[in-house]
Amino acid sequence: MKRLAIPSRRPLLTAFVLLLILLLAILLPQLGILNLYLQQVIMYVGINIILTISLNLVNGYMGEFSVGHAGFMAIGAYISSLLTVLVFPRSWGPFIFPLVLILGGLGAALAGLIVALPSFKTRGDYLAIVTLAFNMIIKSVLENIDAIGGPRGFMGMSKLTNVAWVYIWVLITIYVIRNFVFSNYGRAILSIREDEVAAELVSVNTRQTKVLAFVVSSFFAGIAGGLFAHVLQFINPRSFTILKSTDMLVMVYLGGIGSITGSILGATIYTVLLELLRPLGVWRWVVGPFLLVILMITRPRGIYGLRETRWLAPAEEVPADATATG
Amino acid sequence: MQFIVQQILNALQLGSVYALIALGYTMVYGILRMINFAHGDIFMVSTYIGFFSASFLLGRLLHLPGVIIFVLTLLVAMLGTAFLAVFIERVAYKPLRQAPRISAVITALGIGLVLENTTLATIGPEPRILPQVIPVVNFSIGGVAISTIQIVILIISAIVMFILDTIVRKTMTGMAMRAISFDKTVVPLMGVPVDRIISITFALGSSMAAVGGILYGIAYMIDPYMGIRIGWWAFISAVVGGIGNIRGAMVGGYILGFVEIFVAAFLPSTYRDFVAFALLLILLVFKPTGILGMPVVQQKV
Repeated sequence: MKRLAIPSRRPLLTAFVLLLILLLAILLPQLGILNLYLQQVIMYVGINIILTISLNLVNGYMGEFSVGHAGFMAIGAYISSLLTVLVFPRSWGPFIFPLVLILGGLGAALAGLIVALPSFKTRGDYLAIVTLAFNMIIKSVLENIDAIGGPRGFMGMSKLTNVAWVYIWVLITIYVIRNFVFSNYGRAILSIREDEVAAELVSVNTRQTKVLAFVVSSFFAGIAGGLFAHVLQFINPRSFTILKSTDMLVMVYLGGIGSITGSILGATIYTVLLELLRPLGVWRWVVGPFLLVILMITRPRGIYGLRETRWLAPAEEVPADATATG
Repeated sequence: MQFIVQQILNALQLGSVYALIALGYTMVYGILRMINFAHGDIFMVSTYIGFFSASFLLGRLLHLPGVIIFVLTLLVAMLGTAFLAVFIERVAYKPLRQAPRISAVITALGIGLVLENTTLATIGPEPRILPQVIPVVNFSIGGVAISTIQIVILIISAIVMFILDTIVRKTMTGMAMRAISFDKTVVPLMGVPVDRIISITFALGSSMAAVGGILYGIAYMIDPYMGIRIGWWAFISAVVGGIGNIRGAMVGGYILGFVEIFVAAFLPSTYRDFVAFALLLILLVFKPTGILGMPVVQQKV
């Protein structure tokens, strides 16, 4: 691929804008302009964007159906929390935080590899079942290890995640996944979605490609888990059930499959909408899914499915025409 | 020994419920190739329909005997659930039949959440138990306790499953179902009313879930979230048996019943999910299409 820099047209302008936002992300909370609640919501939006983009790589770009991403998130969350609380001295926290997150992500990626290797022998709905089972197993294992709190959960993390860190990780995620899907590997992933047999015939190593995409995806889910744990400063196995995975699926399909722009939209809209619906109490959990159902019936591919904004697509990429996929 | 026999009895009781729910997953999957994730919540709704109709029938109006109330409750729940499922199919799934298959799955997840949370918001989270319509009598045979409830559960589920199996294998409707699951493009050309058959499938599958729901409700507590856990277990049953295969779903249901009861009997109950899902993964590695499932030939989404 020729151009892999993130701003496809105006690198300087984009870099300037991104830096300006970073500056704001650092300064605004410091100056007390953003209150804690707003900061929290912004951080959740960011974490959900990371999760959604990472799940979209498997479900949207590759066309497989993974339903257990909360499991990878749990691994990242637990590994990074254990590292900051038990392994490293507390005072190192802010300095060691990126490393800790990456280690959490790597742990999740390793788990992704272990799940992917046997499960990509089968295809279609069986991946859904395997990932579902994986999610349940992770939750069950976490509940049964008493050293990390068991069902009571694990706490004691410092509040290391802040708006700036979330912002930086969102940028890293967008950068990496965007360059990944527009690379040759990305083409291979798309070809698997369109027709696996045909992809194999034009000498795409489908097995290796699928495993690679799955591992990258679980890495970022792990990162998001680490960020999540250090916002909430408390995690328990129940935070990472199939309900959490369902949330991620909803955000992916709301925003649109096979689109980073869609993922950003989906995660933002869903997170903000659920916050706005808070006054409805329990009913917000009725309204949210109901809107999703209506959206699915009227727009089965989501808001921004299979398209990309000019901002994110490489220069030679004509906005991809939506073709039918399964 | 008595302990083992007792546990086998409990496992058969629970397994019947799983098998009945698994039938709905497997039938819909067989015809539409779609995992109907809302099915567990349809089962949950059926228990509430049963709860309210039994409470209503028990209310002073007519002094009906318990058995008749039980049968009526069963019928009302089956009918109500069947209508609900057909309604959902018509409104939510039918428009998506030509859409990417995953959209239908997401819609089903959404419908499940709507059902679950509507129940939670309107009826409340507290667990309830179905009114006692069947007099509970405990027999003791050779030291093994067996209650009338268990006998009723085992007999009714056996009868219902036998009827369903006969419908699918012997009637024209059943033949049409099998034909659609075999090839959906050619079958309409033979004059099979595909839409009607799909509705019948949903109606049959969810009335099976309703039978399971009532049988579950007379033995255990019901709550709005039960659809998630029991629904997943039934789904796993369908997969273990070979999804799309009706007899497989029954076998899978009983296997899962045995796994759950025996894990709970010998290990802390928190290991239940772990063991069940680990078994599932091991099974899928060796027999990717389940115990009675057919190998899938090039089923690309």
